[in-house]
Amino acid sequence: MGFKEFCFKKSLWLFHFGGASCNNCDIEILDCLTPRYDVERFGMLLVGSIRHADVLLVNGSINQRDKSRLLELYEQAPKPILVVAIGACGCTGGIFAEGNTFAGPVDKIIPVDAYIPGCPPKPEAILAGIVKLLNK
Amino acid sequence: MAEQLFYFLIFPGLLFAAIVGGLLSWYDRKITAWVQFRKGPPLFQPFYDFLKLLLVKETILPKHGSKGVFLAAPVFAVFGASIAGVFILLPLLGIETGFKGDIIVIFYLLTIPSLTYIIGALASGNPLAAVGGSREMKLILSYELTFLLVLAGIIQKAGMTISFNEIISLQTINGAFAGSISGILLFIVFIFCIQAKLALVPFDMPEAETEISEGIMIEYSGTPYAMIKMAKYIMFFILPAFLIGLLWGGLNFEGINILWSILKILFVVLLLTLIRNTNPRVKIKQAIRYFLVWMNLLAIIAIVLSYFGL
Repeated sequence: MGFKEFCFKKSLWLFHFGGASCNNCDIEILDCLTPRYDVERFGMLLVGSIRHADVLLVNGSINQRDKSRLLELYEQAPKPILVVAIGACGCTGGIFAEGNTFAGPVDKIIPVDAYIPGCPPKPEAILAGIVKLLNK
Repeated sequence: MAEQLFYFLIFPGLLFAAIVGGLLSWYDRKITAWVQFRKGPPLFQPFYDFLKLLLVKETILPKHGSKGVFLAAPVFAVFGASIAGVFILLPLLGIETGFKGDIIVIFYLLTIPSLTYIIGALASGNPLAAVGGSREMKLILSYELTFLLVLAGIIQKAGMTISFNEIISLQTINGAFAGSISGILLFIVFIFCIQAKLALVPFDMPEAETEISEGIMIEYSGTPYAMIKMAKYIMFFILPAFLIGLLWGGLNFEGINILWSILKILFVVLLLTLIRNTNPRVKIKQAIRYFLVWMNLLAIIAIVLSYFGL
């Protein structure tokens, strides 16, 4: 692992995009920042602007309206950026997969680096996904 | 010439101040984590952040904005912060004596980073950045008068001398200014001025990440954002150092005194961090009233008390 990649993996800043979500995954993502799980010990911070982000967390089913917004966010992000799909809806579409307004799971729209399945995934599962992303 | 360049670029200027400021910024984040019963980031976290932004990330320029000014603003922020750092740290570390009237120069140099953030934010053409810029402008208008009154009180206590070095040497002879009633009042007002200058939490409305998504910093990415981070690290070290030099007897690096000097800096940063962690963000109106009425009143009381020798 080179020096640049080492610095990058030591300081991943997260940006959270919630699609048409039922809010369960959003709450579980925020759980990871609380004292019990504390992802800041890996150097991860939740940032407010996509220009500062290194990781784009996407959860919820992506419908026709979200699709263009997700694409625009991905184009606005400074590269390199990692994309993580969280929850059953983000990974495959879940129970919305056959719906009228469904615009495909996240990996049909933008390239995805890690999938964290579950409905919703436990904070432990999100941490395991993060560790897998760091060792990738 | 080579000596001056060494002062400005390596010790005690750019490189030294940035490294110490980065370590202090880690200390700030670690204390914040402990206050919230978390574990906190590793020791070199601020340097990983800086190097990642500098080496790895792409720089994106705004389409509808002034690109030259947008890129120049962070460079000037680093210049302003590091030159102010040199003028503060040369007398404080006992390397050179500085010149007469350098307090006034330091006062003006310390406003350069905030001003350049405003210019960069307005050049980016983003409406949220413009909101952040106008908030920062109002914040500057409210705390600068208070800061000037604090300096006036200190100059009054030091017998009308405007040389930073003379103020420090006066305190090593007669004891620190913070040992008197007026000195304690000035210390409190100075701490709140630093809080507003660094845009820490009670006064962080220019870069409120929950309302206006980082405000003045919203369009910055990659290398320019790394420069802004560096200016912030430098300011995080030199403002507490300036406070210690003016009110708490300066730093001493002989024998065991080195430990006491480091503890002084850590104590001032601890105060800033605890204020930041125990207060909510105030509105811009409340911040202006807080400085223009209450802090100015406190500073004027301190000046009057110091006139009577208290």
